[in-house]
Amino acid sequence: MTPALELRGIDKSFGPVQVLHDVAFSAYAGEVTALVGDNGAGKSTLVKCVGGIHPIDSGEYFFDGRPVRIGSPRDAAELGIEIVYQDLALCDNLDIVQNMFLGREHRRGIVLDEDTMEAMAAKTLESLSVRTVKSIRQLVASLSGGQRQTVAIAKAVLWNSKVVILDEPTAALGVAQTAQVLELVRRLADQGLAVVLISHNMNDVFAVSDRIATLYLGRMAAQVKTSDVTHAQVVELITSGRSGDLGLTNGATV
Amino acid sequence: MTATISPKRVSEAPSIRSNVRGYAERVRGGDMGALPAVFGLVVLCTIFAILRPSFLTAGNFANLFTQGAAVTVIAMGLVFVLLLGEIDLSAGFASGVCAAVLAILLSSQGLPWYVAVGAAILTGVVIGTGIGSIVAKLGIPSFVVTLAAFLAFQGLVLLLVKGGTIIAIRDETILAIANKNLPPALGWILLAVGVAGYAGLQLLRARKRAARELTADPVSLIAVRVGALALLGGLAVYFLNIERSRNAAVVSLAGVPLVVPIIVVLLLVLTFVLRRTAYGRHLYAVGGNVEAARRAGINVDRMKISAFVICSSMAAIGGVIAASRASSVDPNTGGSNVLLYAVGAAVIGGTSLFGGKGRVLDAILGGAVVAVIENGMGLMGYSSGVKFIVTGSVLLLAAVVDALSRKRAAATGLR
Repeated sequence: MTPALELRGIDKSFGPVQVLHDVAFSAYAGEVTALVGDNGAGKSTLVKCVGGIHPIDSGEYFFDGRPVRIGSPRDAAELGIEIVYQDLALCDNLDIVQNMFLGREHRRGIVLDEDTMEAMAAKTLESLSVRTVKSIRQLVASLSGGQRQTVAIAKAVLWNSKVVILDEPTAALGVAQTAQVLELVRRLADQGLAVVLISHNMNDVFAVSDRIATLYLGRMAAQVKTSDVTHAQVVELITSGRSGDLGLTNGATV
Repeated sequence: MTATISPKRVSEAPSIRSNVRGYAERVRGGDMGALPAVFGLVVLCTIFAILRPSFLTAGNFANLFTQGAAVTVIAMGLVFVLLLGEIDLSAGFASGVCAAVLAILLSSQGLPWYVAVGAAILTGVVIGTGIGSIVAKLGIPSFVVTLAAFLAFQGLVLLLVKGGTIIAIRDETILAIANKNLPPALGWILLAVGVAGYAGLQLLRARKRAARELTADPVSLIAVRVGALALLGGLAVYFLNIERSRNAAVVSLAGVPLVVPIIVVLLLVLTFVLRRTAYGRHLYAVGGNVEAARRAGINVDRMKISAFVICSSMAAIGGVIAASRASSVDPNTGGSNVLLYAVGAAVIGGTSLFGGKGRVLDAILGGAVVAVIENGMGLMGYSSGVKFIVTGSVLLLAAVVDALSRKRAAATGLR
C-alpha cells in the first residue's frame, strides 16, 4: 500500500541546532498513526515541516506516492493536509459555522452564502456523528473543551482533506471528553483519511492507533504496528530510543 | 458540556418565546449588547422631559439629529477600528483636516461641491492608510500612533485655516446637508420603502432557509420586528414632519432632517459590509483571535490598514457634516470634545474596547445618548463644564459595563 504521506531523510536545522536528523515517516489512508516522543524530540517541528510552516533543509516528501514540494501552509492545504494545533485557533466571538469556514467562506458575488455554509457544516458534523452541540449557530465561546476540539477537527475535515494531523487533541480534556474525541479520531480514519495523532498519553495511543512512530532526539527511533509492541516497549523507545532489537543503534535507524 | 450523548441536534422550532429566552440568556451571560444604551436613552429622555418640557418639542427633536450627526458618523467609523481592539484618537482632528480641505476647495478654489467632498473623503483615505500602515507594519500601538496624529492634525488644521481665521461655507448643497429637511411626503415614502424592503428581505430569507431545511425565523417574529421598525420610524417621521418654524408663513421648517437618510444609508452599507461580506467576517475574526485569523490565511496587516481607512473616511464624512452645520470651518472643527464624544458613542452603544464585538447600529444608539445628554443639559442651562463631567462619567460607566460584562461572560463560560 502506498502511504498517503511519506517523508524520507528529512533534515531540519534552526541555525546551529539540528532538530531533525534523517527522519523517515509515513501515514496511511484509513489508519491512525501515532507520533510519540519525549518533549523536545522534534514532534512539533516534524509536523510543522509537513504542514509547510518550516521548509525542510533536505529530504523527500511524497504525497500519494508523488514527490511534492511544500513551500507554504497553502501548498499543504491544497494537497489536502490539515493540521489541528493544540491551541485550536478558534475565534470565540464567532459561531461554529463561521469558525469552520473562516478564511474560506462560500460566497455568492460579494455576499456570504450563509445557508450553504450552514448546511455543509451541519452535514460534516453529522457525518462525524457529532451530537453534542445544541446549535451550530452558537458562539464558540460557549463551548466546552471537548466541543471546541470537535469543531476544530470538523473544520479540518470539511475540505475533503486526505491527511489530518492532530496535535495533542486530548491534552486538556476530561475523561469523558477524551473518550469522545478519540472516538472521533477513529471515525476519521474509518472514513478513509490518514490521521496522524500526536500524543503523550500511552492509553490514548494504544486505544486508537494502528501504527506508532517514535521520535527520539530528532531521530525516528522506530515506526511499528501498534499490535506488534507493548506499552512498555513504546515507553522504552521514547525514553532511550531503543527497546530490544527495535530502535536506534549508535544513532542510526535499524 | 454534558458529556452524555444528547439527542441529535436539539433543534426546537424557533418561536418568539424561544428568541426572547435566548436573548434573556445572553444578557444574563454578560452579553448586554445595546441594552445599556437603550436603557440609558429611555432614562435620560424621561428625566429631561420631566424637568424641561421644551425637550419634547418637535423643534428640539429635529435638533437632536443635526446636533449628534457628525459625532455619530465618526463613531460609526470608529467601530471598525475598535472591532480590531485598536483605537483611533486622531479621528476628531482627522475630520477637522478633511473639513478644512473641503472648505478651502469650496471657498478659495471655487470648485463644485462634489469635487470638494470627494477630496475631503480622499484626504480621509490617505490619513487612514498612513496611520493603518504605521500601526500594522511597524507594530506601534495604535494608541500612541493616533495620539501623535491627534496633535499633528490639530496643527495641520491650524495651518490649513491660516492661523485661526474662519472659512465660511456658502455652497448651497453642502449647507443643505445639516440644515435642510426632506419634504414631509418624501419622508413618509422613504419610510414606507424602507419598511417594505426590510419585511421583504426578512421573509425572503426565512423562506429560502426553510426550503433548505435550516432553522428559519417564524413569520410571527418577523412581523414583530417589522412592526417595531414601522412604529418607531412612523413616530419619528410624524414628529419630524410637524411644523417647527416659529413663523410658518415666512419660512416653513418641517420634515426629516437630511442627515437622517444620510446616516441610515451609511448604516445600511456598513452593516452590510460587517455582516454579509467575507471582509466583515474577517474583521470580527481578527478582533476575536489574531492568531486564528492569521492561520486561516487572513492578511491581518491589510485588515488593520483597511479598518483605519474606513474610520478616517467616515471621519471625513463627519467633518463635512460638521462644516455644514457650522456653515464654516475653524481651527476647532473636529476638536475639543468631538473625538471623546465619538469614542463614547461607540462604547456606550456596546462596542467592546477589547475588540471582536460591536455593531454599527451601536454607534448610532450611543451617539443618540451623547446627543441627548449634550442637548438636555444645554436646555437645563448647565455650563459646558458640567456637560463634560457628565459625559465623561457616562463614558466611564459604559467602559465599566463593557469590562464587567466581559468578566461575567468569562465566569459563565460565554466568552
